[in-house]
Amino acid sequence: MAFSAFTPTEQKADASIQKRSPVALLLLLPGVIFLVLFFVTPLLSLLLTSLQEPVPGGFFGEYRQALRWENYVFVLETYGTQTLRSFGYAALASLFALLIGFPLAYFIGITLRRFPLLQALCLVLVIAPFFISFLLRTLAWKQIFAIEGPVAGFFSMIGILGPGQSITGTAFSVVFGLTYNFIPFMTLPIYATLERLDLRLVEAGGDLYASPATTFRTVTLPLAAPGVISGTLLTFIPASGDYINASRDFLGSTETAMIGTVIEANFLVLQNYPAAAALSIVLMAVILVLVGIYVKRSGTEDLL
Amino acid sequence: MTNSAVSRGDFAEAGADLELVGISKRFPGFTAIDDLDLTIPAGSFFALLGPSGCGKTTTLRLIAGLEEPTAGRILIGGKDVTRTKAFQRPVNTVFQSYALFPHMTILENVAFGLKRRGVKDATRLAHEALQLVELDHVSARRPSQLSGGQQQRVALARAVVNRPALLLLDEPLGALDLKLRRQMQIELKDIQSEVGLTFLHVTHDQEEAMTMADTVAVMNKGQIEQMGAPQELYELPRTAFVATFLGQSNLFTGQVVSSNADSITVDSAGARITVPKPRAERQSGLVTVGVRPEKVSLTSTKPAEAAGVNVVGPGRISDVSFSGVSTQYEVTIAGHGPISVFEQNTSISRMHHDGDEVWLTWSVEHSFGLADEGDVEHDAPRFVDDTPTTSIATRKRAQLKAELEEG
Ligand SMILES: Nc1ncnc2c1ncn2[C@@H]1O[C@H](COP(=O)(O)OP(=O)(O)O)[C@@H](O)[C@H]1O
Ligand SMILES: [Mg+2]
Repeated sequence: MAFSAFTPTEQKADASIQKRSPVALLLLLPGVIFLVLFFVTPLLSLLLTSLQEPVPGGFFGEYRQALRWENYVFVLETYGTQTLRSFGYAALASLFALLIGFPLAYFIGITLRRFPLLQALCLVLVIAPFFISFLLRTLAWKQIFAIEGPVAGFFSMIGILGPGQSITGTAFSVVFGLTYNFIPFMTLPIYATLERLDLRLVEAGGDLYASPATTFRTVTLPLAAPGVISGTLLTFIPASGDYINASRDFLGSTETAMIGTVIEANFLVLQNYPAAAALSIVLMAVILVLVGIYVKRSGTEDLL
Repeated sequence: MTNSAVSRGDFAEAGADLELVGISKRFPGFTAIDDLDLTIPAGSFFALLGPSGCGKTTTLRLIAGLEEPTAGRILIGGKDVTRTKAFQRPVNTVFQSYALFPHMTILENVAFGLKRRGVKDATRLAHEALQLVELDHVSARRPSQLSGGQQQRVALARAVVNRPALLLLDEPLGALDLKLRRQMQIELKDIQSEVGLTFLHVTHDQEEAMTMADTVAVMNKGQIEQMGAPQELYELPRTAFVATFLGQSNLFTGQVVSSNADSITVDSAGARITVPKPRAERQSGLVTVGVRPEKVSLTSTKPAEAAGVNVVGPGRISDVSFSGVSTQYEVTIAGHGPISVFEQNTSISRMHHDGDEVWLTWSVEHSFGLADEGDVEHDAPRFVDDTPTTSIATRKRAQLKAELEEG
């Protein structure tokens, strides 16, 4: 399961049990076929599309295969701001989701440990938003934030919001929407590690003169790190490619467009397939690099 | 509120007294510790001995501050610490489960307490502590890469390195094999006398408690049954529980039939057993008396009645097990449970055989009278793991015989 996708210690232990047998390879086959069909093929197709050029004198939206790497220069020049904004918003959303998700996971996984029924109930509540469509939930927030809505009314009353100003379409509402939508993805993996945390280790910390705060910093947090890493990845990666929250139809505006919104527009509206494909590749490459650095740094537990 | 003994870089100069006053601990629906009073003098090696589930770990957790007493007070070095938190108490614990931090190296584990107190040479001291338990060569490894016994020694080093005024050990040698166990017992004693710390050692192994401790407290069902020097406890157990948990005993229950200035005499199913008054907890009514198996000798002819000697018999030998230096006999006498007798195999002593008719004799001053009221179960429950191998062997034998008889 994704919850425990990143547990460096377990991977180390597994590495010593490397037995290669023909049967094992055979069992791998369905997985390999799946990967080739549904990951490698679209990826190659995307790569090829990103290098296409318009057919001279052709119709709008007609392209032919080429090696036009200038597409990348074009998208980076045109959409550099949106790209940076995407990662900025995603980072902020991950941070807020962590700040909300960790205490929540701690409460469910540790405080409620002696009350299994309450624990199960709280878990259901964390997952409950998934029972309603992602789109509907985000639309609901648009309603809540609307100019005539209660939140905007309150904000105008206390003077944060000028007359006629709205909450939707701002960076705040987009980051809010991202945070809200990804809290369960942050909470569940952290919960999974905290739920397994051996509280006797926390007691040992106290026995060895560590105050509760020090014990949290030196024992609880490092042991919860695999969950925190999984959670931030599960939040950061999809959030940086998100195209719903930042869209004008939902919580965003043209000033808050993210890379996902731009890709969507290029594919569906502008029909600039090479640009959309090139942006997708850029998005993927940047995520790969960022995640690589992150996992490598946290894997050596010097993160904390 | 910070305890001065835990202040930065400060090692305990010497062990501290521990005093438990009227301590009770009730869990929902279960009383684990019941009105416990206990004083452990500074610098002593104190063993808390009892069967599994009798409340030993709970007692240690109360002292360490990991559990709050329902009632009573805890004083360390004369200071009331009942309301202080675990990290403020000058106490370290070697946990039964080791509780080593899995995300730290062995060295980091051992240095943890020192670092929290801001000790300067934390790393050097940690290495020294690891040398003490002969594990310095694995200091860079993780706990998961060590065997159970090694982990236990690391746990010991991690606690000892802090030189706490009071060191709590919760069955710290449980996972070690016999040789290492003996070695660690000696090392523990050495560490204790070298630094003069107060050790509170919890164990269910009576041999370990007797060989290591200055004072042993035998605990049963959340209460201390008897406390004293090991030899004292062995020679004069006060209750049936102590008599059977600490070594083996032959117990006889009966009415006191006569009593004079020095002694009482009990009639137990026809056997008349005399106990010196100072060694008898109860002097009248239905009482239980006993004698240790090695104090009893066997004779194949009826011995002459003599003052100062108890004679019981005749009975028949129902089991003989030879173990080199000694032979253990089991004698069945009508009206009594099986009686154990250990005889030294000195060159002239004659072997008795299965089915032989024998009389049991022992010196009156070896008898003891117990405090238990009324009849006690003859086979008071013995915890499986604390028995020395010889008695395990005999027990297995007895079980086998029982099975054979059934079949
Ligand atoms: N947190 C708890 N809640 C309820 N009962 C407990 C708790 N901790 C211990 N006990 C009970 O208290 C008794 C004594 O336990 P413990 O002190 O661990 O025994 P020992 O260490 O002597 O084997 C046991 O019967 C155990 O079930
Ligand atoms: Mg225990």
